[in-house]
Amino acid sequence: MSQQPLTSRRGALKCLAFGGAGTLFALAGGVFTPIDLAVAASDRTGAAALGKPLFVQISDTHIGFNKEANPDVVATLNRSIDVVNALPEQPALLIHTGDITHLSKPAEFDLAQQLLSRLRATEMHTTPGEHDTTDPSVSEYFNRFGKASGNKGYYSFDHGGVHFVALINVLQFKPGGLGTLGTEQLAWLASDLKGRTSSTPIVVFAHMPLWSVYEPWGWGTGDAPQLMEQLRRFGSVTVLNGHIHQIVQKVEGNVTFHTARSTAYPQPVAGEGAGPGPLKVSAEQLPGMLGVTRVSVVKHPSSLRLDDTTIA
Amino acid sequence: MTLRQLLLPYLSALLLAALGPCLSRANSGPQEDTIVMAKDFMFAPTSITIAAGSTVTWTNSDDEPHTVVSESGLFRSAALDTNERFSFRFAQPGTYRYTCSIHPRMVGTIIVR
Repeated sequence: MSQQPLTSRRGALKCLAFGGAGTLFALAGGVFTPIDLAVAASDRTGAAALGKPLFVQISDTHIGFNKEANPDVVATLNRSIDVVNALPEQPALLIHTGDITHLSKPAEFDLAQQLLSRLRATEMHTTPGEHDTTDPSVSEYFNRFGKASGNKGYYSFDHGGVHFVALINVLQFKPGGLGTLGTEQLAWLASDLKGRTSSTPIVVFAHMPLWSVYEPWGWGTGDAPQLMEQLRRFGSVTVLNGHIHQIVQKVEGNVTFHTARSTAYPQPVAGEGAGPGPLKVSAEQLPGMLGVTRVSVVKHPSSLRLDDTTIA
Repeated sequence: MTLRQLLLPYLSALLLAALGPCLSRANSGPQEDTIVMAKDFMFAPTSITIAAGSTVTWTNSDDEPHTVVSESGLFRSAALDTNERFSFRFAQPGTYRYTCSIHPRMVGTIIVR
């Protein structure tokens, strides 16, 4: 494993002020490099050197949450949006990897949409989290965000020579189990990828991790191995998710896995405490837990390489 | 040892004796309000046995929302925020498994006799 912090200590301290941000992905030489947003905003030369910004990932905004871990999730989302809007070069796309709301309530969705509409990025793509789909018919999410997928939750699109695939893994939980993609979605993906050249860069995003981060807490997807089998032939694959409210990364062959931070509240490191609930930290600590406690740039493949899981 | 501490065992015994008839009556017919807690990402008790016609109420004691979703589709709560409740009356005997759709590792069983 090798990672290289982009910023100096002074830069990192400056970043603490940003609160929960997101992750900017830039395409450099056909390979994606995740950059912490706070770094991108505070170190223009560093971000610019990595290539043209392609999209921003925001996750787990949990609008409606109001407990001690963060009584004002609207404020931290607003600060995150400010960070994105302040980027020197705006990416065209925004990807929200789910848990837009906390309780799937109409008022929460309405407020989230209103807040997110302030983003300067012109195109937003979403996949729901399990907090967005607790109403019996999942109609609150699909009425607002279902158009792209025909209310199925999975769809694909192309942008800037990259093939993007949105997957949904929060609808078919088996009791006691992990997230599930399901045979229908996997069959759709096989036909979607068929005929695409292996040199096409692929970005796959879903809410729950598409690899086993920590199964006792359900931090994984049961049939993800069948997904990986389909992606293996591609030369550049980036797999994104949220759900665990902290950054965990790994690289396996040509596949880079990256989980995003929340803009709302942190969660404990895998296995610490009773379960994956909100982690209470002091008001001073919170912005750092949401945004920028660990800043790194991953370059691939030649100079730097991630071979293991990093838990930040 | 204070008088209260001395008396406590006797008072408890008296209380149980007084409640005894009520408890045995409750066991033979429908119970009105059997509580299942969702706490620390577990349903407690995980499994309960009730008489047909009884109502079970789930309460969420976590800072994280939970749901109560039956495996068969018979009942399904909305997302319960902290201290929110959901009740369901079990009319027919049977074994009813349920889960939290937000944390699917949380599972429980209601056995209705």
